[in-house]
Amino acid sequence: MVQSQQESETLEPVAGQSQSDENVLAARNLSVWYGNFRAVRDINLDVKRNSVLALIGPSGCGKSTLLRCFNRMNDLVLNSRVEGQIIYNGTDLYAPSTDSTEVRARVGMVFQKPNPFPKTIFENVAFGLRVNGFKGNLQEAVERSLRQSALWEEVKDRLNSSALELSGGQQQRLCIARALAVEPEVILMDEPCSALDPVATLAIEDLIRQLVAKYTIIIVTHNMQQAARVSHETAFLMVGEDRAGYLVEMDATDKIFTNPSHEQTEAYITGRFS
Amino acid sequence: MPRVDFERDLRQLQDDLLFLGSMVEKAIAKALDALKRRDFSASQEVLEEDNIIDRKRFEIEEKCIDLIATQQPLARDLRILITVLHVAVELERMGDYAEGIAKISLNMGDEAPLKPLIDIPRMGELAAKMLRQSLDAFVNRDIVGAHSVSEADDEVDALYEQVYRELLTFMIEDPSKVKRATYLLWVSHDLERIADRATNIAERVVYLVTGKLVEMKTSKY
Amino acid sequence: MATNPSIQEQLNPRLSYRKKLGSVVYFLLLAAVLVGIVSLIVLLARILFEGIPWLSWHFISDYPSRFPERAGLKSALFGTLWIMGLVAAFTIPIGVGAAVYLEEYSPKNWFSNIIEVNISNLAGVPSIVYGLLGLALFVQWMAIGRTVLAGALTLTLLVLPIIILASREAIRGVPDAYRQAGYALGADQWQVVRRIVLPSALPGILTGTILALSRAIGEAAPVIAISALVYLTFVPTDPLDRFTVLPIQIYTWVSRPQDEFRGLAAAGIIVLLVILLSMNAIAIYLRNKYQQRSRE
Repeated sequence: MVQSQQESETLEPVAGQSQSDENVLAARNLSVWYGNFRAVRDINLDVKRNSVLALIGPSGCGKSTLLRCFNRMNDLVLNSRVEGQIIYNGTDLYAPSTDSTEVRARVGMVFQKPNPFPKTIFENVAFGLRVNGFKGNLQEAVERSLRQSALWEEVKDRLNSSALELSGGQQQRLCIARALAVEPEVILMDEPCSALDPVATLAIEDLIRQLVAKYTIIIVTHNMQQAARVSHETAFLMVGEDRAGYLVEMDATDKIFTNPSHEQTEAYITGRFS
Repeated sequence: MPRVDFERDLRQLQDDLLFLGSMVEKAIAKALDALKRRDFSASQEVLEEDNIIDRKRFEIEEKCIDLIATQQPLARDLRILITVLHVAVELERMGDYAEGIAKISLNMGDEAPLKPLIDIPRMGELAAKMLRQSLDAFVNRDIVGAHSVSEADDEVDALYEQVYRELLTFMIEDPSKVKRATYLLWVSHDLERIADRATNIAERVVYLVTGKLVEMKTSKY
Repeated sequence: MATNPSIQEQLNPRLSYRKKLGSVVYFLLLAAVLVGIVSLIVLLARILFEGIPWLSWHFISDYPSRFPERAGLKSALFGTLWIMGLVAAFTIPIGVGAAVYLEEYSPKNWFSNIIEVNISNLAGVPSIVYGLLGLALFVQWMAIGRTVLAGALTLTLLVLPIIILASREAIRGVPDAYRQAGYALGADQWQVVRRIVLPSALPGILTGTILALSRAIGEAAPVIAISALVYLTFVPTDPLDRFTVLPIQIYTWVSRPQDEFRGLAAAGIIVLLVILLSMNAIAIYLRNKYQQRSRE
């Protein structure tokens, strides 16, 4: 891995935080505020290494906000504030010494709508490598990422044409390749299939199941069947009386979808939620 | 979004299942009664009515498959549909045992029963009661009720063993009675199977309520 | 059955009246367009008719003269080119830099709001006001004199707000999704600006810049305030030379009493128009080229 060759400049271990090797990420009493509004409240959860965690819940339950804590994308939102900790391999991502750009090179992200840069296919994948000062063989690294995202065969003859020529599904796989290029440990996906047709959606889902051998994936989805198909564990978030999102329960995905412990989860996944 | 249509379909499906249950219960009672009274036309009716039971079972199965395909049921909805699917099969098989008893009665023809039917009707009553109890447990989502079904199965097993030994003694004492003894042995075996299947339904009720697939009690037979 | 009349029965569509009204409006709108186009065509035709006989190579390569048949606009043409080059050199980095700061870096508070409002207002200030400002600020206070540099700086002030506004518009047009994707890959703010925002905004920035430059070289009023010189028989060789520009040359010819000079003015207008139209053509070409590259 690219990362392991390089020592972290800013990620420092948290004192007294022993984390088992099994978990790559953990949220501890995490709350996110936008100004005076608390978007999510007191989240505690662990993300197992090489697994897919699905975040589900009604609109406004803060699942995207929670997702964006794991790579500090919430920093970009004006007046946002995070309380509590995100522990990544024993280091606190929100410690004052931690550099958010280093976090994002280790925790990649794929967005709701495919958003390739208006550059060539090659340059899209190479972007993360270039901005992070990659010194190895760029061609090889780009090819490897495109192969991992099952796109290589489709684009190998037109690496220098615009990424915007690709179909929506291909664009989203390109965005995944772009995120994979720097070989992060974790990939966050924010409703990655909501803008895609069913065939492209299933292709992405296949890809997610393949990638989990090497990466840890956290996916936000509105599509319950998708969460059921791709994830190992599912976390259900709800909106509280105070409009803050909170974690109702997190469990093995088959448990959540056949026999959830909480009545609220049951109501939500069976469509009885009002 | 309360899913009004889906709720209505689910209720209808469970009503259909209970209706199938009552048909099977009647078939068991009727088959035993016909056997006891040597009423061939009643036995014949049981045979014909079993076709209706079979059709009803397919009807229920198709509705389940439709709902699974179109409604993407999850959690409790999924468990209800899976349970209904299994219970419908169990009930249909129970109907087949009732049909089996009716056929034995017809095969026996003019031959008088080997002995007065005392234990066998008792088994039949117990088995029918278990069936009722298991369906009640299904309706009420009642785990305690479901467990009492499996306990009643012990009683049926005990009776079956008793009938078996008795008939065995008849056969050993007088080999000419083997044929008539065998008829009754088959009947009691069918009843024992009905009781076992009532236990299976009770297991499904436990799944429906808890989401856990458990074997309640391994029957001796 | 005594039922209420249905909604359909109560409708009164008046179809033929609506159709007539529609065609009347159509012709009124068409007439409004034609007023502008026709008067422009008449104007152009008149200028071409008067000016073309005076166009020749010596008209471009000779200096002005008292004799109409010997007069040319070499000094004004080169003055205009000098001004254009200097203004471009000053405005592009400052204008784009300001736009990037305002769009990407500045915190949203009362201070940035004041700056924003002021820039919009500056774009609407009459150009003669800039000319007087340049005269006071550059020519006299900074003692640069009536030079190309002073003229270029004055015109820079004039077009800077336009370039800032156009560049901001172009930068604002870059989808936020690109920035998000950049940050999510571990790029910092400057990397996002340089590698994503600026390349994507380039067509818009170029178009705005070229259109602003063409406004600068068409302006006469501020340059008259700065240059005041209308009769030059040399080409500026460095920024501290004196200069004149095409609009001023045209203006002086128009104000001469002899009819021949009006022909010369028309010919000068043709030259100016050719320059302006080719700059607009370049702007359109660049925009299309980059848009194709980024949209296809």
